[in-house]
Amino acid sequence: MSKILFKKQLSNDVYMMRLHAPLIAEERAAGQFIILQINEDYGERIPLTIADADTKEGSITIIFQVVGKTTLQLSEKNVGDEIPALVGPLGKPTHIENFGTVVCVGGGIGVAPLHPIAQALKKAGNHVITIIGARNKELIILEEEMKAIADEFILCTDDGSYGRKGLVTEPLKEICERSPKPNMVIAIGPPIMMKFCSLTTKPYEVFTQVSLNTIMVDGTGMCGGCRVNVGNEVKFVCVDGPEFDGHKVDFDNMMSRLNSYKELEREAHSCFLEQEIKNKEALQ
Amino acid sequence: MSHITPEQLSEEAKKLIVDYLSKIDELKTKDRMKIPAQEMPAQDPEVRSHNLDEVALGYTIEQARIEAMRCLQCVKKNCVEDCPVKIDIPRFIDHIAHGDMDNAAGVIKEASLLPAICGRVCPQETQCQSNCTVGKALKDVDKSVAIGRLERFVADWERATGKISIPEIKPATGKKVAVVGSGPAGLVVAADCRREGHHVTIFEAFHKLGGVLRYGIPEFRLPNDIIDKEIEVLKAMGVEFQTNFVVGRTRKLTDLMDKDGYNAVFVGTGAGLPMFMGIEGENLVGVFAANEYLTRANLMRAFEKDKADTPIYPSKKVAVLGGGNVAMDSARMAKRLGAEKVYVVYRRTEVEMPARKEEVAHAKEEGIEFLFLQNAKRVIGNEKGRVKELECVRYELGEPDSSGRRRPVLIPNSEFILDVDTVIVAIGNGSNPLISQTTPQLNVNKWGNILVDETQKTSVDRIFAGGDIVLGAATVILAMGEGRRAAASINKMLADDIEKEKIKAN
Repeated sequence: MSKILFKKQLSNDVYMMRLHAPLIAEERAAGQFIILQINEDYGERIPLTIADADTKEGSITIIFQVVGKTTLQLSEKNVGDEIPALVGPLGKPTHIENFGTVVCVGGGIGVAPLHPIAQALKKAGNHVITIIGARNKELIILEEEMKAIADEFILCTDDGSYGRKGLVTEPLKEICERSPKPNMVIAIGPPIMMKFCSLTTKPYEVFTQVSLNTIMVDGTGMCGGCRVNVGNEVKFVCVDGPEFDGHKVDFDNMMSRLNSYKELEREAHSCFLEQEIKNKEALQ
Repeated sequence: MSHITPEQLSEEAKKLIVDYLSKIDELKTKDRMKIPAQEMPAQDPEVRSHNLDEVALGYTIEQARIEAMRCLQCVKKNCVEDCPVKIDIPRFIDHIAHGDMDNAAGVIKEASLLPAICGRVCPQETQCQSNCTVGKALKDVDKSVAIGRLERFVADWERATGKISIPEIKPATGKKVAVVGSGPAGLVVAADCRREGHHVTIFEAFHKLGGVLRYGIPEFRLPNDIIDKEIEVLKAMGVEFQTNFVVGRTRKLTDLMDKDGYNAVFVGTGAGLPMFMGIEGENLVGVFAANEYLTRANLMRAFEKDKADTPIYPSKKVAVLGGGNVAMDSARMAKRLGAEKVYVVYRRTEVEMPARKEEVAHAKEEGIEFLFLQNAKRVIGNEKGRVKELECVRYELGEPDSSGRRRPVLIPNSEFILDVDTVIVAIGNGSNPLISQTTPQLNVNKWGNILVDETQKTSVDRIFAGGDIVLGAATVILAMGEGRRAAASINKMLADDIEKEKIKAN
């Protein structure tokens, strides 16, 4: 059981919540995630990155986008409500040291997990260049927070409604062409964005770390559902990751695996929405 | 094979028993050998392959008493020798024959805490029933006294009559024991340590208790009610449970002692990481580890499609790779989830299959097709990255090797295509790296299994381990045996501590 202490809508379908979880708050480090369930009997276990933690309050912050039934139900919860099952922190923490110049690239909701990593990198003495991007202005999150820790800050939107018009890969390429080139890139966002960030940096041989969010059931290495091809090896995102060398990840396979249940989920989601609408109509 | 209904079996037994009861104490070996072995009543295969209800229904009281009378009450008890927890088998069986179920239950409970579970899932034909004198005399291990079914009968009778007793708990010692994992090993440790008066907390990573009993073994073999009942007993004994708690991550193993004041820790985290074949196409959509497939169906309730949020892959034609119980469970679950064709692909022959015989027989009755001396070579996908076919190869039995076993030898150019949309890999598990990753001082072998001494003690002071994390993938009963031994060591260590504290205080 974990109580919701705070809730804020960040954009159209993106929410931030602080959850009471003192043990997780104490143990967690940048890069780790939790798994939660809205219902212990029939609910789904969904992995979400820990965006922040407050050990004094004994809380962790999650930021999530409504993409299916569980995230929709979660978004309908309010301060004071309980999340019946919350487990973590899972995954290996990000390795933090002073690498020199690090480019942190965040796409859409990916800015949420990127924030604590960028923060830790800054604290470790790195020169942090931040690029955040989204489809449009409405979908940009954590702009002020990212700006506050960045030595250089670039914002892009696909439609040009805010900041620079274009994809995050464009400024990323320009930075890779600088002399000296950056020491490292961390890219977190939709799989397609991480794939193209990795392709962008590859010719410049800049190490690029990506954080993968695959399908998971247990999150402790038991089910193998989260497996990805990394180089010639099969890795489990939950215990070997979630961070991997983007130049080695087989993104195409990962994306097709992410779509394993797409049709079923779409069906479930629309059934659920129809039911919700009916329920609401019945109330009126 | 035609299905004999439970009613037929029951009627038959009711007729037979009258005669035997009249001369129960005069039965000679010769007479006992003539008593017909009792079939296990089971749900009709046609019906059961569409539901999750238990397949084996359990003996009636008449059947149990008749089967019990088949026991010769040998002086040299081979069956006890071959039981991992040394239940006094002839003694409990004699009580059943005489209709004294209370005492039968008492005898079993002296050695085993979870008979309702063991009676269902133990591989009896390779343990207690393997050297049964009756089976040997009749030259057929299937004709051995059905010890497992009798054990189950007693446990079910105890449950049905509400006679499950809560074991006595000694006065509180003030010592705390942490048990990591609520599977069979952990449950036994918790019970045994709690009885000594120690405070016991079980930490479970999942949101539900029971470990592999819950997420792995399907309800058609081990209903959740049975697990719930055992856990209720532990709760009534005062054992505490913490679900959604991953030791190693939510709390470091050693922090349980250093920060939370536990005096001993038992690690029973189970097998973990599923193994894959290492063949081409294994990451295609539609290839699953049996662990994932079964966890979705069992723990996450995906079988109840209209209620569960967790989806399960819609399969029409399924190939299951492997020959153990997990392979049988996966194949039979796939059938129940609506697959039209289910194959079990196994490299050796039926004789070498590690699965329980009863499960193999049940699987066959349910229409699972077995492809022996065949193996998967490559998974072939369609343009969407989904499984389209499985390429297999054939084997033949070669010359006997030094152990006398004929090894399978690959037949060159024997490749053929199996038309499937789903592949379930059930070839075993590696060890879970979580605890060892986060507890570097804990010694493990090259496979990642925790190393223990004969008292189940690990390389770290006050930390004990048992079950699959030590043994690699084994059985429920072996895990319980290890749990029992670990609990005895923990109890002894804590008793010594208390003794030392007393001396110091004086």
